[in-house]
Amino acid sequence: MSDATIAAESGGAAPKIAKISEAVIRIAGNSQDGIQAIGGFLARLAGRSEQEVMTFMTIPSTISGGPSIFQVRIGSGEVLSSGDDADVLLAFYQHSYEEHINSLKKGGIVMYDSDHVEPRSEWQKDYHHLGVPISSLTVEAIGGTAKDKGKNIFSLGLVAKMFDLNVTKLEKLIGERFGGKDVSILNNALAAFHAGYSHSLGNVLETFKFVESQRKTGQQVVMNGNEAMAFGLIASGVRFGAGYPITPWSDIMEILRRELPKYGGSFIQCEDEIASISMAIGAGYAGRVAVTGSSGPGISLKTEALGWAVMAEVPLIICDIQRGGPSTGMPTSVEQSDLNIACFGGHGDSPRVVVAPASVEDCFYTAIEAVNIARKYNVPVLILSDQAIATRIEAFQEPNLEQVCQDISPDLTPVPEHKAYDLSAPDGVAPRVVPGTRILSGKYSIATGLEHDEFGHPTGSPKLHMQMTARRRKKLQALGASLPTPKVYGPPEGNVLLVGWGSTQGPIREAVDRARAAGDSVSSLHIKHLNPLPPGLENIFSGFNHILVVEMNDEGLYGYGQFAGLLRARYCDPKIRGLNKTDGLTWKVKEILERARNNVADGLRKL
Amino acid sequence: MNPPSTEIPARGGNIIAVPSLTTTTERKGLTKKEIVADHPTWCPGCGDFSVLALYFKLIEKRKMEHEKITTIAGIGCSSRFPYFVQAHGAHYIHGRALPFASGISLSRPDLHVFVFGGDGDAFSIGGNHFNHTARKNIKMTYVVMDNWVYGLTKKQTSPTSPLGFKSKTDTWGAVDYPINPMKQAIAAGATFVARTTHTNPNHVLQMMEAAMDHDGFGFVECLSECVEFYEGAFDASNPRKGGAFNLVPADHDVTDEMAAYKLADSPFPGQFGIFYKVNKPTKNVKETGINKAAMEKVKGLKDWQILQKTFERMK
Repeated sequence: MSDATIAAESGGAAPKIAKISEAVIRIAGNSQDGIQAIGGFLARLAGRSEQEVMTFMTIPSTISGGPSIFQVRIGSGEVLSSGDDADVLLAFYQHSYEEHINSLKKGGIVMYDSDHVEPRSEWQKDYHHLGVPISSLTVEAIGGTAKDKGKNIFSLGLVAKMFDLNVTKLEKLIGERFGGKDVSILNNALAAFHAGYSHSLGNVLETFKFVESQRKTGQQVVMNGNEAMAFGLIASGVRFGAGYPITPWSDIMEILRRELPKYGGSFIQCEDEIASISMAIGAGYAGRVAVTGSSGPGISLKTEALGWAVMAEVPLIICDIQRGGPSTGMPTSVEQSDLNIACFGGHGDSPRVVVAPASVEDCFYTAIEAVNIARKYNVPVLILSDQAIATRIEAFQEPNLEQVCQDISPDLTPVPEHKAYDLSAPDGVAPRVVPGTRILSGKYSIATGLEHDEFGHPTGSPKLHMQMTARRRKKLQALGASLPTPKVYGPPEGNVLLVGWGSTQGPIREAVDRARAAGDSVSSLHIKHLNPLPPGLENIFSGFNHILVVEMNDEGLYGYGQFAGLLRARYCDPKIRGLNKTDGLTWKVKEILERARNNVADGLRKL
Repeated sequence: MNPPSTEIPARGGNIIAVPSLTTTTERKGLTKKEIVADHPTWCPGCGDFSVLALYFKLIEKRKMEHEKITTIAGIGCSSRFPYFVQAHGAHYIHGRALPFASGISLSRPDLHVFVFGGDGDAFSIGGNHFNHTARKNIKMTYVVMDNWVYGLTKKQTSPTSPLGFKSKTDTWGAVDYPINPMKQAIAAGATFVARTTHTNPNHVLQMMEAAMDHDGFGFVECLSECVEFYEGAFDASNPRKGGAFNLVPADHDVTDEMAAYKLADSPFPGQFGIFYKVNKPTKNVKETGINKAAMEKVKGLKDWQILQKTFERMK
């Protein structure tokens, strides 16, 4: 929440009501406290109020217990990141209080459970402290059997009061969430909420009210990136998938397993990662565009089969929800360190398509685009999402489903003849003919991983291997040439260009806004199509003195992250340098700016 | 050759009702000439020739059409199979033919999926897929041409090589206890388990046909001699070489799992025939059931309207 707005709008008798355009609320507790539920309610409320919202959460990789946070940023204007510093910290325990007080803005409000937290005197002057015996008041409100359950909903009531949130809408959300269960559960939840809401906030300096949103774009839907990806796949017409559970990919397979049967489709849980991709490729060979996916180690396991899909030219979607690596790595932390395996993983020359969604909304549309690329070019497409985008909740304009949903069921119309690997096909893309299709010439092609002739029969011919290798490459070159050149955010020429891919779009754009507001010459470029790259990037790069590739991965042996390395290999441009980090957390806006400033010796301003 | 049909198949995204074409003219079934593709690359005298010949015979006998079958294999000598059959087929990666075939079986109920492979594919690199495809009872026919040796890579120990077999990786003789494919299949929950040998063509055809007619995962182990790297391996089962070809006793109850397991325990050459056969709902049927129940709840809605309903709850 911007201080300027508070100063301008506040006034009158205490407690004052300040009009704010946005707020960052961080809720810190343990993983079993249901703090994600509070965040989820706030996010959905924002969605229903035409406000923008972005969330950020961390969860421990333990099964139960362990510190966990959920951060919600709600704004009446555009919200690009989950926010660097919180305006309000809600701390359930001493460790939540002590570990997260630094994430609070100076002058921010820390609301803590006084049953568990002993406030420190040295922090009193920097932060407004507001102790509420959350645990005992929750027990008082809903009875002793509840134990720790319900204090999240009590706290939601406190937050609702503090930000003058729409109580009717929140009650409705609580009703939707708990309505299906035993009626006493819903009553308890509402009792906890009202107890929190009617609790006197006492000496807190002010409460807040969001200014009305400027955006009236119609209905918004609220979901996280994994949900958006799963529903995007359904909209694209995908009706078959196979997978194996692994964090943070599992949500997608759970959703597809649950939802696909409504559409007559199936998602199969397999014995392992290799079986999953094999089953998906089998269905792809049989005429579907099937999906598999994974995270971390699971992607490594799938690479041999991926190479087969490249060789046999079977369309396939692989969702890679990246997490910290290598090996088991950091299962519940974010990293963008799978770009290399996505683009190059596997033996031999095996060109495949790699795309990365930039936001939750983009997860939905990227899934559809990926399916259509896979169908058009008979090629596997990897969608590089990550833990941060997978778990963060955003509100976005409801897609026009009647328009975007497509039917991609196989066409079994007989054909006079067919060569699956026709060397004379335009752009190397031979039409796909699937089992069940009668071929009137009586000559059927075999799908194969061996180097082959035009009918898929094995060959050791040097000439054919050269021709087929080139054909598989040319398909991707044709795709690359057809891609749109991404647009520069900010002026198309200047001093510094921040380049990003995937989930970092929001914080990078916010960094540009902030830098430009301070008079610095900074623009950004977000690249969605990572392999093949879109045309025209060299022209964009030529307009800047410094090209800094902002990534959540290691700077590597030579000082460049994975995408920076790819861009340097492609454009041989020494201006391309890396801004990398490996702490398993999303970029903060100030972090990007500080690092960029240090990287560019002469400052961000154009000389 | 029939003229191309001008009818456009009804398209519909779901995999219960696969788009199909109505054939207007009665087709006679294929001749061997129409079903033969490349000449096999196997060594002269290889047991796999007879399995291929009997597959052709099965296709002829049952009047199967090119487009209604798919022939799938992994990697190995025997896995070259699809190249020799003039029909839709795929030569997949080592050990993973079963999950690949499952993808076809579960998404295309209109096709019959035949999988051919060797002992390395089935019981070594693909061992776990064998167990899970069997227990899930996914509808397909799986013929393992067991030669007790790695042939394509030229004589290494296989998971079915008997103790003492001298290979390039066990020059002193194999030391690892071999897998018993029959026991493995029964224990994994396969619903059709049969054993045959390439030297008895009529029996091979019988077993393949019975496996094909089984509604579920039909597994046939076919002894198939590698004349190059394990000559004489199966002589004891070949009457022409002084061995004994013993059928499963007529009074064997094929639904008795324990009796089947006992049969599997007989020392080589053992018995040939159907060891075990039970009818259990296939995964294909179960998934279709799940789909029918789910689709009933959204009856009359177009796909985009179903998604719209889901989105209503996400506002």
